[in-house]
Amino acid sequence: MQVATFLAYLLAAALFIVGIRRLRKPDTARSGNTIAGVGMAIALITTLFVIEFESLLLIGIASLLGAVLGAISAQRVPMTAMPQMVAAYNGVGGGAAALIALSEFYHLQTGGEENIVASITVPLTILIGTVSFMGSIIAFMKLQELAFSGSVVFPLQQVVNALLFVGILVLAANAIFDGSILPFLSPVASVIGILAASALLGILLVIPIGGADMPIVISLLNAATGLAAAASGFVLNNYILIIGGIIVGASGTILTRQMSSALGRPLRKIIFAGIAATGTGSKSGGGEDREVNDASPEEAGSYLSDDAQKVVIVPGYGLAVAQAQSPLHDLMETLESQGKEVLFGIHPVAGRMPGHMNVLLTEAGVPYDKLYDLEDINPEFGDTDAVIIVGANDVVNPAANDPDQDTPISGMPILDVEKAEKVIFVKRSLSPGFAGVDNPLFYDTDKTMMVFSDAKQGLQQINEAVKNS
Amino acid sequence: MEQLLAQLAILLIAAFLGFELISRVPNLLHTPLMSATNAIHGVILVGGMIALAASDDVFTQIVGFVAVFFGALNVVGGFWVTNRMLGMFRPPVPKVKKRKR
Repeated sequence: MQVATFLAYLLAAALFIVGIRRLRKPDTARSGNTIAGVGMAIALITTLFVIEFESLLLIGIASLLGAVLGAISAQRVPMTAMPQMVAAYNGVGGGAAALIALSEFYHLQTGGEENIVASITVPLTILIGTVSFMGSIIAFMKLQELAFSGSVVFPLQQVVNALLFVGILVLAANAIFDGSILPFLSPVASVIGILAASALLGILLVIPIGGADMPIVISLLNAATGLAAAASGFVLNNYILIIGGIIVGASGTILTRQMSSALGRPLRKIIFAGIAATGTGSKSGGGEDREVNDASPEEAGSYLSDDAQKVVIVPGYGLAVAQAQSPLHDLMETLESQGKEVLFGIHPVAGRMPGHMNVLLTEAGVPYDKLYDLEDINPEFGDTDAVIIVGANDVVNPAANDPDQDTPISGMPILDVEKAEKVIFVKRSLSPGFAGVDNPLFYDTDKTMMVFSDAKQGLQQINEAVKNS
Repeated sequence: MEQLLAQLAILLIAAFLGFELISRVPNLLHTPLMSATNAIHGVILVGGMIALAASDDVFTQIVGFVAVFFGALNVVGGFWVTNRMLGMFRPPVPKVKKRKR
């Protein structure tokens, strides 16, 4: 039986790998997810044989409750709230790992046989699992705008975090060596201490991180939960936990790095200096009195209809907030029906997660081959007649390229919209975006038309104007 | 001891495999990929089942029960939401099925 379960676990692991491989291309991605799901089913069924169908009733009830809640929440969550949903699923995974380690620790304490591997990996699993659990809860609350919005900082934050971490290590050593390091503290008390300190560490690590960096944090916590699962595999001596966990831990780490480089934000800066990233929001450079070209939706519409042949649309988070994906899709169809070429330039930080804007637009019916990445759309702006920017600012702000300015977005790759003939902003006000940096394009009255409007209403009006002119 | 060494070897190889798996993924797929790997670490449910099956008193039963609940939530929610996300990436023209000879 051991050989059979081992082989079945290997098969499950192979399916996980094939699944992830297929997720790298849009055409095969969905089948990749299904294949990984089949691997998961094999792993779970195999486990039933491993545990010889013990406690089947309790396992059945608990899984059913979890499965029903998972299915309902996954089916119901609006796509705009997707990032926090992923954070929530990730958190419960980390929580499960910590609980498993806790349960195994209890067995070791109450007359289990001596097991040095388990006694080392138990504190490790509790640490990573709990940090991931609490960190994900904080990330969820931030994204759902329940609490801790923006960057929450306090003095000596890094010192406190470091002290907590050292404290956890000492407690772990004390638990491993059966209380011989801190004679006044029993192993049980040490583990409870690890649990509490890890929970606090998870909270403190995530609260200083600002909204724009949340996707990277969620991806990092995702990798952490993978590591916690792998560590729990050593606790329980189980191969699929080790393999499945470490694959997610490793691929999640690389994915996090790719995301952070796509966003132009070094990982170290995000983790250790959430403060510097978002703290300087109060600069407005006295641009309030400068002149802008305040245009009506009709003016914008007639320009698009009469003078534009190639149009690039740049959507930003404002579009998602206003739920204006559908009017945007309508505008695309109207322009195309007049024989114009319409492309979408998607900046990596558009929306709240890389790829999030793509999901929102494809949901509204925009074909995904019209969605261009930053590197692919930038060469197109040279011969573009009009760029429509909806609810975005930072991602098209040329100030990011200005070597003389030190702003929170300096060095971030941007969409070079200023190379296009005309730029049309659909925006509610002149307020600078998330990063709080004024955009010189607003004041280029020859090139720029500012349509001050809610994204949804503005797009509908422009669409009507294009149709009628 | 031998078993531990085998596990460490597997850990190392799987880690490198995980690093290599993700190379130049288009930004378009970052979120689905994160969500799918998020579902895969739901394999922690396996650990929850083992813990609950080995439980012999109220404390370990409660802990194991919650672990299984969390794990199942992670697995089902994770795969389901990824599937929903990817369902939105439709090819521009439905592919014509190849005719069988």
